[in-house]
Amino acid sequence: MSADLHQIWVYLSASPLAGLTLTLLAYQVGLWLFERLGRRPLLNPVLIAVILLAAVLTASGVDYRTYFDGAQFVHFLLGPATVALAVPLYNQFQEVRRSAVALVVALLAGSAASALSAVALVWAFGGSKATILSMAPKSVTSPIAMGVSEQIGGLPSLTAVFVIITGIIAGTFGTWVLNLVRVTDWRARGFGMGVAAHGIGTARALQVNEVAGAFAGLGMGLNGLATALLLPTLYRLIWG
Amino acid sequence: MLGSLTLLLLCQLAGELAARLLHLPVPGPVLGMLLLFAGLLLRGGVPVPMQETAGGLLRHLSLLFVPAGVGVMTHAARLEAEALPIVIALFGSTLFGVAVTARIMAALLQRTDAGLREPTIGGDEP
Repeated sequence: MSADLHQIWVYLSASPLAGLTLTLLAYQVGLWLFERLGRRPLLNPVLIAVILLAAVLTASGVDYRTYFDGAQFVHFLLGPATVALAVPLYNQFQEVRRSAVALVVALLAGSAASALSAVALVWAFGGSKATILSMAPKSVTSPIAMGVSEQIGGLPSLTAVFVIITGIIAGTFGTWVLNLVRVTDWRARGFGMGVAAHGIGTARALQVNEVAGAFAGLGMGLNGLATALLLPTLYRLIWG
Repeated sequence: MLGSLTLLLLCQLAGELAARLLHLPVPGPVLGMLLLFAGLLLRGGVPVPMQETAGGLLRHLSLLFVPAGVGVMTHAARLEAEALPIVIALFGSTLFGVAVTARIMAALLQRTDAGLREPTIGGDEP
């Protein structure tokens, strides 16, 4: 019996099936709680899923690498999903073209505001240089952020964590902040979420309004481009 | 569904190849997005299967971030040692970034299209 159990354990921890299934299960638990308890932003499905999975992995002593061997199939879909953002973008192209000037100005201001305030705050509160550099690209989608982090000497996997937490914070408190600064325009609300909080902000915007979703997707894409192009250059200027 | 998924992957692949061959600092999927966007512009519309596939992928976009998020486990020691600067910087910069971007965008939009009707604040905006 215990030999059987052991064999089953060996099978489960070696095959990608467990990690993949667990990821989907945890996310659905997150979604279920989110829907059940009145769609409160604080019950962000990603946050719930991450906490559940980390708890299960820690309790069962499975390391992250082993888990990721299975979960990478979900992770992989980030690529095609990023490409798919062209569709809502196209659907809103008339709107986008009309507001091109506003988009570019808001993009540059928002991108700089996110990155510089993040770096300044870590520095001011005594964070290490590795943390500061890993923090700088955290507003953009993880594949871009990790690439930039590596280029400027941060820790890509730490950056990935900051990226996700940034998204969860915006998904959770973004509505509150947008109401606080009295922005009612869907285009501006969506764009702010996309520029400052990439795909998770976009996912949140898409949940609510198609126009906001399209502008969020655009903001995420544009800030990805801007950060990938500008941040390494800026870093070289500052740190030489 | 199958055709449009293949098309998404082809765009991504072309993006990845272009980024590597031309040494662009931009990630492949973002170039792929631009490529698909250009294709849609040329075609003048989104085919129904592509609309559905993209919709399906994007409806659960936040699921795709879960595996990377669990990576928080591997950085527990650093996160604990530098908890204060990390928490303050993440909260501060994210909310500041959302506010600055949206505020500036809204102000500029108001100037360009004063005539458009604005939606009202409800309980469930992004």
